[in-house]
Amino acid sequence: MHEIGIIFLELGGIILGLGVIGSFAMRAGISPIPLYLMAGLAFGHGGIVPLSTSEEFIHTASEIGVILLLLTLGLEYNADELVTSLKGNARGGIVDLVLNAAPGAIVALLLGWGPVAAVAMAGVTYATSSGITAKVLSDLGWVGNRETPVVLSLLVFEDLTMALYLPILTAILAGVSFAAGAVTVAIALATVSVVLLVSLKFGRVIEAFVRSPNPEVLLLKVFGLTLLVAGIAQELQVSAAVGAFLVGIALSGEIAHEAMALLAPLRDLFAAMFFVFFGLNTDPATILPMAGVAVALAVISIITKLVTGHYAAKRAGIGKAGRARAGIAIVPRGEFNIVIAGLAVAAGAHPDLGPLAAGYVLILAAFGPLAARLLQSAISALADHPEEKLIAALKLRRNSAPER
Amino acid sequence: MDVEQTALPGIGLRHDFTTRAGRRIGIVSYRTGRRDLVVYDPEDPDRVSETVKLNDEEADALVELLGAPRIVARLNALHREVEGLVSIKAPVSPHWDGRPMGEAQIRTLTGASIVAVIRSSQVHTSPPPDFVLAGQDIVVVVGSPETTEAAAEILAGG
Repeated sequence: MHEIGIIFLELGGIILGLGVIGSFAMRAGISPIPLYLMAGLAFGHGGIVPLSTSEEFIHTASEIGVILLLLTLGLEYNADELVTSLKGNARGGIVDLVLNAAPGAIVALLLGWGPVAAVAMAGVTYATSSGITAKVLSDLGWVGNRETPVVLSLLVFEDLTMALYLPILTAILAGVSFAAGAVTVAIALATVSVVLLVSLKFGRVIEAFVRSPNPEVLLLKVFGLTLLVAGIAQELQVSAAVGAFLVGIALSGEIAHEAMALLAPLRDLFAAMFFVFFGLNTDPATILPMAGVAVALAVISIITKLVTGHYAAKRAGIGKAGRARAGIAIVPRGEFNIVIAGLAVAAGAHPDLGPLAAGYVLILAAFGPLAARLLQSAISALADHPEEKLIAALKLRRNSAPER
Repeated sequence: MDVEQTALPGIGLRHDFTTRAGRRIGIVSYRTGRRDLVVYDPEDPDRVSETVKLNDEEADALVELLGAPRIVARLNALHREVEGLVSIKAPVSPHWDGRPMGEAQIRTLTGASIVAVIRSSQVHTSPPPDFVLAGQDIVVVVGSPETTEAAAEILAGG
């Protein structure tokens, strides 16, 4: 009984602290993710207050947080959108993958961490935080902008890539042989295709099963189904996160909105626990030696994302200013980069990987949205000003017209 | 005029078009039911310079304000398309100034019906027989081409 009291004290302190931090973040207009990470760093290993009893609970909660993050991500999209965006924007998506996975992989190899860490770091630098980017778009009033569909389709492409990447990463981290790894990847590919097919053709059957007029029943059904599928996926070594993502994709339409509204508060709670847990397990003293590398990697990543946005927007016929906005919108990194680093750390990758990823995400989750906000007016100056061009052209014609 | 429809994965749909005067406007329809009226920046046609959030009630009100006159015009066009049915606007001669409309006995004599009287740009619909006509009135008559012409002759004469 005594232990329960201690657990409540520790959890209460952490969650209340996160709430206070979150309100600061909201007021400052920045993402709370870097602040949650810092809160985690302050506690636990090497932190000011080591946690003793509640760590096990926070660990389980953080795993549920990952599952909920990916479930709600899957709920955002339906299978139709994924397929259409794959067809229409594959080229931009591939440029995004190559340009942004490379810096992480190269840095890991240069540091001599080996190929396994390189695959993990590639994922850390590749994925844009769709959550933070969506917030940037809506906060700055960019949702209606003509480059926004380009940004969104890049995010969709990244998320779909994640569904293939996570099982591969899980297999590599588990240190399985090449043959076993190939089997895992084949299972993952088959699962992803089957789920896409099933939700395209038989989405109504799943929805009919889950549907309920009672929000409580709906919540329990969706959450239970997700945990089950995640568990099966984990047992097949496909990664629990991918299972959850696929459940999210399979549910679409009205039911997806309802489930989203019900799950969002749950996700916010558990995802916050996830960021704290990652911070707990990272000794702040180890971040400092990696700070230089993290800053350099962040700067390179900003440039590669700007180039990606520029390229994809240009292909869609967007003007100069819009291309810059598309690039800056996809700079933020956040939840999934930490998810990937968390998987690698749990599997016992290089001890410096966690601190590097933490420093890197701290910089880009905080700086990305801030840069977009601050550079907004500078970007507008890039605009092509079609009216001024027209006036200039008219003047030119008038001047060059022969005298009558 | 081309209305462009663009899917916004994870958000909803966007419809936009360029007006004849060169301004670009659009509607962002969120899956949650929220709708934003967006106006594009003339300096940077990719950028939204104004976003107006509308709830259901406000969106309906806007539709009504913008759409009502057009609906009336389209109804009129539809009526005109019904075969054999025409509506004409007949001016009233000074002979009928100050007399009740019933005295002209339009329906009895011609078979056409008076559906409205336009007086100084105001429309009086379905006027009763005791409606007093004035010299500058325009009478809207519905019927076949022959009957409406006969009605116009009566109203123009004395």
